[in-house]
Amino acid sequence: MRWLTDTAVDRLRDQADLPDLSDLKYQVIEKLGSGGMGTVYLADDLKLGRRVAIKVMNIADSSGALASRMVREAHIVALLEHPSIVPIHDVGTLDDGRVFYAMKLVQGKRLDEAVASMTSLPDTLRIFQKVCEAMAFAHVQGVVHRDLKPENIMVGPFGEVLVMDWGVAKVLSPEVPPADAATSTSRTRLPEEQDLLATLPLDGSSVNTSSGTIIGTPAYMSPEQSQGRTDQIDNRSDVYALGAILYFLTTGRPPREATEHGDQRGDFESSPRRPRQLNPKLPRAVEAICLKAMSDRREDRYGGADEVGADVLRFLDGNPVNAYPENLFEKTGRWIGKNRFLVMLIIAYLMMRLVVFFFVGR
Amino acid sequence: MANDKFPITRLSAIVGTASANSEERTRAFEALVSAYWMPVYKYIRLKWNKQSEDARDLTQAFFAEAIEKNFFSRYDASKAKFRTYLRTCLDGFIANENKSAARIKRGGAATIYSLDFDDAEEQLKVSAPPSQSSIEDYFEKEWARSVFALALDAFRASMSDTGRGVHLKLFERYVIDVEDDKPKTSYKALASEFDISTTDVTNYLSVARREFRRIVLTKLRELTVTEEEFRREARALLGVDVR
Repeated sequence: MRWLTDTAVDRLRDQADLPDLSDLKYQVIEKLGSGGMGTVYLADDLKLGRRVAIKVMNIADSSGALASRMVREAHIVALLEHPSIVPIHDVGTLDDGRVFYAMKLVQGKRLDEAVASMTSLPDTLRIFQKVCEAMAFAHVQGVVHRDLKPENIMVGPFGEVLVMDWGVAKVLSPEVPPADAATSTSRTRLPEEQDLLATLPLDGSSVNTSSGTIIGTPAYMSPEQSQGRTDQIDNRSDVYALGAILYFLTTGRPPREATEHGDQRGDFESSPRRPRQLNPKLPRAVEAICLKAMSDRREDRYGGADEVGADVLRFLDGNPVNAYPENLFEKTGRWIGKNRFLVMLIIAYLMMRLVVFFFVGR
Repeated sequence: MANDKFPITRLSAIVGTASANSEERTRAFEALVSAYWMPVYKYIRLKWNKQSEDARDLTQAFFAEAIEKNFFSRYDASKAKFRTYLRTCLDGFIANENKSAARIKRGGAATIYSLDFDDAEEQLKVSAPPSQSSIEDYFEKEWARSVFALALDAFRASMSDTGRGVHLKLFERYVIDVEDDKPKTSYKALASEFDISTTDVTNYLSVARREFRRIVLTKLRELTVTEEEFRREARALLGVDVR
């Protein structure tokens, strides 16, 4: 028996851990990364001759609930054909009982990692605005993500944005096909039924989320989500998460972090500090966008991701934003900032007139 | 000890230790000893601070007593992992040996199995000793190392026997023969080195990987009793659940 170093044992473990997709059209190349729920592998799609990413759940799905949820996710993502939404190509179950799905291979960094390389506020806001565009598209299709956070957003090398992980999405529109579309009858599903399917929890158990079950990530979660009021979840819940992401991008920390003793129990700070307390250089208008999106009351938030994106775009274009009523001084300052060249011209003209008045006109 | 004496298709060796068939019982003990002797020896050396010669004798004596009293067959999978049970038996055995007036004289234990203790000593020399508080983790780690080493031996035999020598060489080159601080060789470099296409490298490695996984899981089945225990151990060893 040959002596194996710790590194050799780790490598052998990785090899033995690689999923067996031999009966399917994929051939696994290597592990790309792993999280609490599953592991992502780089693989070849042998039929179409392309590289794909395959996510394999870490646990075997004995009840079929996880497979059902993932099929549902694939249906939802299929509905959302958008350049900023990662398409799922295939869903299935391995011989060892683990569920997998194949998706487009995404090159880039997660937003929480990419933020370090964003050098200016306008660059950061342009990335954020693309996230809003993707979410606005999803909202038009009647889909609420419910777990938006920087870790679920990828930023590509050319600034392209991809929103991922639609596993706990809620479908508000009745047009979405059921998870078992291949075998089910075509009867209309009740909204409550749809929600049960759309919100199967990540651990694959069969617990439903009819009321009181918390879905999402606490630091980015809207009050209605954190309080388990699932019937109140709509586009504005994602708007809250977008505000929280903007908060993270502009301050470097999520709006609510785990309390000193609460990380095990899921206790989080009750109310976030104002962004400008953490980043005094942040323009008041951007802070206002962030806080409006993160309003506790749904009625006080933006109506949808499109409105958030539009306000961000207004700021980038030097226009007044809906979230922030400016005083006259601020209005003037912004107008000057936006029309700097014109202002310079006027000043130069006036100075020239003064020179003419004093030295020539006399 | 020849690893191939115990067919890899066989189920639980622990169950086999209680078999009425003496040949089957012998093979079951061989399978268990081959997986556990190295962790047991190192554990005796480090936990009980025994000198090499004493540890060799105690390792042999422990397994001899296990066969004689057949206490592996009394293992109850619902109460603990087999490793924990074995380690508890071992601690009791050493404690008794320490107390006993008729301790094993150095070099006096019967040699039941031919075990490469010199190799184990070499391994102890090159690895950092664990603290006394982490000795149980150390035992677990050594067990995993032992399982993978056994699986690798069986894998080599299986690949050679089935005429898949290139698969084996590729696997070893890609997974085993890599220096600790160096990155893995790329598929392209392997293709060039073996004078085959990159697609062949992908295919061959895929086949080898599948076979290796099958053998590791078979080995685990051998070393467990119930389905639940098997799944638990697969999760501990590979980090995934299997059905």
